[in-house]
Amino acid sequence: MRSYSEIDTIIKRSTKAKGFSWGVAEEIGKNIRQLELFGLPGVKNINQYFKIFSDDKFENCQSFKKNNKPQNYYCPIKLGLSFFDQSISIQELIDVEIEKVAYPLIFLPFISRSSEITGKRIFLKIDKKEFLLNFNLSIYSNYLSSEVVEKADVIKIQFLENKNNFSEDDWKELTNLSENIFVEETEELKQKTAGAGLSDND
Amino acid sequence: MQVSLREPKIVMKLSRLGSFHQSKLSFLRSFLNEFKDWKYNKDLFDLNDRGYGVAVYSFSKDKKTYSLVCFANELKDEDRSDRVIATKWDAAFTLYDGIPSKLDIDRLSQNVPKQEVGRLSYKELTLSRANRSVRAFNYVVECLSNGKQPDTKVLSKVGYLYRTTAVYGSGKFGLADRFRIKNRDEINGPFRLEMMLVYLVRQFTFDQVNHIAKNKNPKDAVELDLDICRNLGIGNSTGLGMAPFIVNHPTLLNNWILSREIALKKIREIEKVSEEEFKIFYKCLTKSLKNISTWNTDSEYQKKKIENLINDLQKLINYLKDNISKSNLYIFDKLYNWAEENLTEEGIEYLVSIMMEPYNKITDPLISQMSSDEDSSFNIPVDRTINDLREIIEHNYSDILKIDFSKNENNKKFWFISKNKEEPRIGDRFEDRGSELEQPTAIARDIKKLYETIFTLKNSLKIGSFLGQSNDLRHIVRRVFITEKYPYSEIQDNTIGSKLIPIDMLRLKLSFFGAVNFDPRSDKWLRICMFQGAPLPNELNSFNQYWIYK
Repeated sequence: MRSYSEIDTIIKRSTKAKGFSWGVAEEIGKNIRQLELFGLPGVKNINQYFKIFSDDKFENCQSFKKNNKPQNYYCPIKLGLSFFDQSISIQELIDVEIEKVAYPLIFLPFISRSSEITGKRIFLKIDKKEFLLNFNLSIYSNYLSSEVVEKADVIKIQFLENKNNFSEDDWKELTNLSENIFVEETEELKQKTAGAGLSDND
Repeated sequence: MQVSLREPKIVMKLSRLGSFHQSKLSFLRSFLNEFKDWKYNKDLFDLNDRGYGVAVYSFSKDKKTYSLVCFANELKDEDRSDRVIATKWDAAFTLYDGIPSKLDIDRLSQNVPKQEVGRLSYKELTLSRANRSVRAFNYVVECLSNGKQPDTKVLSKVGYLYRTTAVYGSGKFGLADRFRIKNRDEINGPFRLEMMLVYLVRQFTFDQVNHIAKNKNPKDAVELDLDICRNLGIGNSTGLGMAPFIVNHPTLLNNWILSREIALKKIREIEKVSEEEFKIFYKCLTKSLKNISTWNTDSEYQKKKIENLINDLQKLINYLKDNISKSNLYIFDKLYNWAEENLTEEGIEYLVSIMMEPYNKITDPLISQMSSDEDSSFNIPVDRTINDLREIIEHNYSDILKIDFSKNENNKKFWFISKNKEEPRIGDRFEDRGSELEQPTAIARDIKKLYETIFTLKNSLKIGSFLGQSNDLRHIVRRVFITEKYPYSEIQDNTIGSKLIPIDMLRLKLSFFGAVNFDPRSDKWLRICMFQGAPLPNELNSFNQYWIYK
């Protein structure tokens, strides 16, 4: 088995070898390591992408709108960097749709890291594959394949508001249950065990 | 009294970093302290008459065990090389996480002796190899087999029986990734498992030499005297590989230096130094003089440094006799200020190291802060502004900004990785080929380029927007923001200038390892010694913590 440290190093070097800068290569090394740690086929996807990559073949998106559509296909690396670098402002859009992205799994870790720096969960849909990105700590998904995904027709990104995914009733019921570990307060207990004086005004 | 931390612009200069010495914070010393109550055992020693075979040594406590698996191989003299490009060694080692089964040992026997071209697994933690010091090893075998102890004067010229030529960890060649083990309390300090490997290898060298001597002359052979064993360490040959490491791990570098600086600051702030504390300091200082006089090197560069150091220590002792009395307050602050005015960088940094000796209460809490979670500082704060970036550069890199990189002398060298061995090298930009494949180690030059690029940009421009147009500077933007939180993360010098002495960078790292006897073989590699004078494994539960000043 290759270690994650080896994956990071080899991907960083191969990204540089494809003409990206050292700073970008560092990002991609970390991203692919992260994908592999989450059980997604990062190495396989980037290897295939590098086989067809040339700088003039794919597009970047410098400025994001609600809907983004390239002439040809977006490069997942340039698109990902752009998205990550602007994610603080992009989150205001709440929903973003991006069409025609090459090798979209390479784009995914940038969104996962955006979830970390914006402090919001992000729901990502790559055609029919769904991913819930939890602050770059975990990924919940209906996609378990280890295959290469060559392209996405539509990617939908939704910044989720920070709210609980349980009802107020759930909370009340559990709060009531948790109170069963407390001792019922009596006047005598107040007098003997509270420590401070009973009057706040003395 | 409040003493300030020393300025990174002073401490992080290469000449200063290249004058660092081992201290209480050094990894081999903190390793010994951490493992002093672990059970040591020689689990397997299956060597033939000539000393070739397999051995296993372990440290265990509660339900945890770490095992060193050793493979000793026959090696022709002409195949023996300390260069990292070698492919065969006298012995190869791995530190196994737990107790290895016979199947594990069989698997490891097929891979460990091959080193970089073998494959390890997540069950192995570190990997190394070593060569015999031919002059010392054969001499000791000869003496012991004839029933005599070797002459300590002969041995002191070498200081060890084996030299390691590389020690790998952290996921290299399939070894366990750091994240798998980072939460274990006993290895909450940098390079602790590497130190364990080297320490147990040292014991293997004693057992092997005894074994060979015994088999050579079963009737008359004697075992190597324990005092002689204690005064032997493990040698190490180190080349350029360590230099990019300290550039590529800025937060780790910061945590090492910051711990040292905090220790110095706290010691200088001590108002009343007790008699006992001063006695420990003074004893270490005076013993150092004798100790340093035994360091052997053919390097004129190092001879000069040793000479300076001996002169400095003599001056320091004289100053102490004439100017410091028990009633003085803030003795160590006074001493340090005097040293800055009167000693060379070698002497100043040696003083910093020995001032720590009486103060476990200061150094012990710092040791656990010397590791680093590097991922936590990886993200560039894209919502910050160009003004923020500019201010950090002007504050943290002011000396770097003065370097004129249009001059060839400031741009002369370049760092690259060799294709055949994947090892760092340093070339001449104007004479050697390959500079187009330069590694991102020219931090000073890239800082200057970044500063010039942003000079005319709007203050309010967000870093995220700037990077959209300037991804070629992304690596350096990341570093600048790292220095904001980690002030000692950056070497404040030009790592590609004509005056660069690469061994200064190696010396910095080796001093934190706890190495002594720096013996440069050129400006690019040097030999050192580790654990010389250290207690033996079965003495760890009670040992003199000042063993290094023997």
